[in-house]
Amino acid sequence: MAERVSVNPIACEAHGMCAELLPERIVLDEWGYPIVDERPLPGELVSHAQRAAQACPTFALLVERERSRH
Amino acid sequence: MSTAEIQLEHAPGSGQSQAGSLPRLLEGVPAHGAMSLQAHLDIHGEPPSARRRDRRGASALIDQIEQAGLGGRGGAGFPLARKLRGVAEGKGRPVVVVNATEGEPASLKDRTLLETLPHLVLDGAALAARAIGADEAILCVCESATVAQERAAAAIAEREQQLPGDWARIVLANAPQGYVAGQESALVSHLNGGEAKPTFTPPAPYERGVRRRPTLVSNAETLAHAALIARHGARWFRQLGLEEQPGSTLLTLSGPLAYPGVYEVEHGASLASLIEAAGGIKARVRGALFGGYSGTWIEASALSGLALSTPHLSPYGATVGAGVVALLSEHACPVAEVTRVTRWLARESAGQCGPCVHGLDALADTLEQAMHGGVDGGHAAARIEHLAGLVARRGACGHPDGTARFAISGVEVFAAEFADHARHGTCDACARAPELPLPAHPGRSAGNRG
Repeated sequence: MAERVSVNPIACEAHGMCAELLPERIVLDEWGYPIVDERPLPGELVSHAQRAAQACPTFALLVERERSRH
Repeated sequence: MSTAEIQLEHAPGSGQSQAGSLPRLLEGVPAHGAMSLQAHLDIHGEPPSARRRDRRGASALIDQIEQAGLGGRGGAGFPLARKLRGVAEGKGRPVVVVNATEGEPASLKDRTLLETLPHLVLDGAALAARAIGADEAILCVCESATVAQERAAAAIAEREQQLPGDWARIVLANAPQGYVAGQESALVSHLNGGEAKPTFTPPAPYERGVRRRPTLVSNAETLAHAALIARHGARWFRQLGLEEQPGSTLLTLSGPLAYPGVYEVEHGASLASLIEAAGGIKARVRGALFGGYSGTWIEASALSGLALSTPHLSPYGATVGAGVVALLSEHACPVAEVTRVTRWLARESAGQCGPCVHGLDALADTLEQAMHGGVDGGHAAARIEHLAGLVARRGACGHPDGTARFAISGVEVFAAEFADHARHGTCDACARAPELPLPAHPGRSAGNRG
């Protein structure tokens, strides 16, 4: 049931808001795109992750219960 | 005999297809043109028309394919039976998509199958459709493969006239040229009228694909094997190959050989036997690329004892992949080859994901700088390793991962050559005609439907 953050790499335009709002789990690469630690979030980070997702101008940051990528 | 080739001069004899012997797919491959439906049925027999279904609705064919252990032959090796079940359990009437796009420049097997033995592929498509309850199969061929398209169209017309009407309708569709255009989600996007670019968001094609229906996307060769499993059964299929990777497979073999071309080999056959079937080596080999341009280089010293199967290749980080074995001759410069193909792969990015767009470009830049010399070789190698790690698993599809694997394994296998170039610049061989084939112009995907 743990929540994780992930990024939709097609939607991401490297605005970088996510790394400012969730530095515990997100750093930016040399081109400004997020490198996301996708391990389950501890409870205290969930609200920060949700705020980061809401702040993303392209809605590319996802906070999901379970990640279902084929 | 562990190999069979499609070379016309060495076409295998047309005997009875016997268990445990090759050729299977390439049985009776014609010297000119495509095998007719009648000749195909004379060699392989009628496809089983049984519609036996178990209570869950999955057909007996899916069970046979599962017991046979047939893995996908498009590169990833995913078990076909699991794909079939996933689609069969979906909501709505499924569709079959036969992936014969073969965007891998070093691979010719799917094109060759359609050009010479189209009915094997069409049988497999029709049988897969029946197994999952689909009434339509879409055969996708690259727009540049005009001969394969013409012969597939003629074979489809032949079946419409000569086969009873209870089989799925098969239609031919153009796919645009491009390395990632044949990726499953890109192909589905193209067939739905969109761009032939990978998509990221669920649902997966097996849940909702072409026209929002559950969609089976399967490689052409995979379905050709299924057509024979349907006739001869799982036990027959397993009489060749390995427990972990049963059956035979088509390989596209290139290099300094008397007869480069498409060969059918048993999984686990030795590379030496394949080379022998191809008329032997004409020049020293510097290394070999396995799986294609998203595959892995293996050094020359390891080749003599090598067996052709994913279990045998995995210690080298390699797989059979899409069935490519490319031997690089001593006349080629491995640094130039790795660099040139990496640049091509970077340009083949669909341009959607930042890490792929920027990372593959940076990877190609670094390789080019090392090739032209005057740089710190150790620094360049470290940068390449860093970039390869940086792009992996950060795209919507596997293109950055595959390109990183190709580049980093090339730099590792040809480490001495790279160090030499970084110090002294290009060598005489850098200017020679390239050995690894590339399409003249990288195809940027277009959204037009065929």
